[in-house]
Amino acid sequence: MVILQQSLTGRNEDDALELEDIQHFLMSRPPARAARYEFLTFRSAACGRAWLMGLIDKVGTAKAVGSNLVDSRWVTIGFTWNGLQALGVDEVSLATFPEEFRQGMAARAEILGTTGANHPDHWVGSLARPELHAIAILFARDVTERERCRKEHERYLAQCTGVELLSCLDLEALPPFDYAHEHFGYRDRLSQPVIEGTGVELTPGSGPPIKPGEFFLGYPDEDGPAAGMPQPGILSRNGSYVAYLMMKEHVGAFRDFLREHGETPEQQELIAAKLMGRWRSGAPLVLTLDKDDPSLGADFQRNNAFTYADMDPHGYACPLGAHIRRMNPRDTAVNMNRRKMIRRGGTYGPPLPEGRPEDGIERGIAAFVGCASLVRQFEFAMNVWANDPNFHELGNERDPIFGTQDGTFDMTIPKRPVRKKIRGLPAFTTIRGGAYFFLPSIRALRYLASLSGDHRADLNYED
Amino acid sequence: MATPGPARPKESDWTKPAAMAIPKEGYFTLEQGRYGPIFPKTPACHGFSVVAKVKDGREQAVRDYGKSIEEAVKNNPSVLAPLKLHYLRWILFDVGSGLHFMYQGIFDTDFDKYLEDAVALFVKTGITTVFVNLEGWPDDWKTNLSAVIKFFREHQCPSFLEYGEYPYVTADQVKKALKLKAAFANMLDLMQ
Repeated sequence: MVILQQSLTGRNEDDALELEDIQHFLMSRPPARAARYEFLTFRSAACGRAWLMGLIDKVGTAKAVGSNLVDSRWVTIGFTWNGLQALGVDEVSLATFPEEFRQGMAARAEILGTTGANHPDHWVGSLARPELHAIAILFARDVTERERCRKEHERYLAQCTGVELLSCLDLEALPPFDYAHEHFGYRDRLSQPVIEGTGVELTPGSGPPIKPGEFFLGYPDEDGPAAGMPQPGILSRNGSYVAYLMMKEHVGAFRDFLREHGETPEQQELIAAKLMGRWRSGAPLVLTLDKDDPSLGADFQRNNAFTYADMDPHGYACPLGAHIRRMNPRDTAVNMNRRKMIRRGGTYGPPLPEGRPEDGIERGIAAFVGCASLVRQFEFAMNVWANDPNFHELGNERDPIFGTQDGTFDMTIPKRPVRKKIRGLPAFTTIRGGAYFFLPSIRALRYLASLSGDHRADLNYED
Repeated sequence: MATPGPARPKESDWTKPAAMAIPKEGYFTLEQGRYGPIFPKTPACHGFSVVAKVKDGREQAVRDYGKSIEEAVKNNPSVLAPLKLHYLRWILFDVGSGLHFMYQGIFDTDFDKYLEDAVALFVKTGITTVFVNLEGWPDDWKTNLSAVIKFFREHQCPSFLEYGEYPYVTADQVKKALKLKAAFANMLDLMQ
């Protein structure tokens, strides 16, 4: 491969994105309606590396996935810090990774605000355990293809003694398939940053293109040239961090809440819109305050074309604490270009049909947030935007959809002449698991697979 | 050892002056923020007191910097708005152990939560340029955000007592109250 002939530091003179070396995951979204996440542990470095070596050629690169849509499955591989250690990365190199990644998501629960029912003590799938070493993410065109790939990987794993499946999660898009939405019925994937140099067309209101270094290590970011990258450079360059979150959605509780606070279907829709900041169709409240406008929600030339400071400073349309106003405060926060993240993921569990009571079946969203700095991007969003009760000086509120709710926080809906305040908001979601992964470049995957020695063979995670 | 602190009422009463004694650590119970312990909101809001020794022969450079910040705010009065400030004070003092610099701020946002925004603003407005005259300031401050954050964290001296005559009131609330007063005064004028 041409790429291997470059120097080990791997720098390109012109800082053009090395699409053949970057995993596709954060760069392009393939047309997948099914997915499977497999969480793995390595009993020895040698078996972990052997497993990896056999999979590298199946990992989709940004170049291949961007140009070739005849594929029907797309593979991504990531490692926890414990996983890098388990593969035999030496201590000097391991120490150069940022502290939050070294600690892992579970250890940062207090910072993230994942407390109470959201605490790692309650997480499923061994995600809070140090034995979690790797994730294999599979996106597939449909369920049939997903199942074919599942069996194929099952057979491969059976040959890889010492690589074990800790847990897995199957995901499927919710019908109708003509637009992406989650279990509460909100249209999803409306606002994504555009990476400079990718040629992706900007839609109105989505902000300027963001420097690649905000998402991929080794490139200039919004603050200037890359600095402080983990070493050696071949391991970190073209890599990204992703924060994984599995979030159960309490659809029954959500619908009960809407009925409790709205007498008519129209009033219930308005309450749903006020929690989110958009109507469930995706139409933003700032652009259509009084009634839903599904054509606006579906129109990407218009559904992001709004600001808050000028168009809705007091939150009469979109409440100051609504989900989208917290997760993307647009012109009411500073340094927004340093807080951007790329979201990937999907829904799991069957839909709860309208009119049915809560059936107790697990359903929700399992998603990844990609960035170059977990502490500056993802952890800021969790710590400040989602879970700071005093965000925008609200005093006692958290994100109504995504924040950690325990019935003690409120939701203020500005309204003339007097605001409406909902006391004791219930939890509509519960975090069921999460982890920090590093998505290495293709070159770094080969580097990891070719490490020598087996000094991490007897990993001991006893507390 | 941090001790349990007084529970702060969710709806605070600004009519009742309040004082709060704070343990040596600067907090009552350890609550981790992204970059270190979270310091509590007190009757005097949030704040920091960053103290560091001035490098030999740099006193005039530090004093001259006062003028540059005065200019920066005059040219753009809202330049420091993102910090949600009440007051900032810059002090030079020598109590026998050499010249020291103190940068004290009272503001409404949590020190830990908006550190990156504050540092970005310090760089943009030139506030950081005064810090190159201080001992311990990282040489690579322009490219090493985490080293700058570490400097602020390590040189922050938490208060052991804070008092508020109108406790927990934010700068925004003060400004809104003054705007209302002005609006009422204007209304009364129009009624004459």
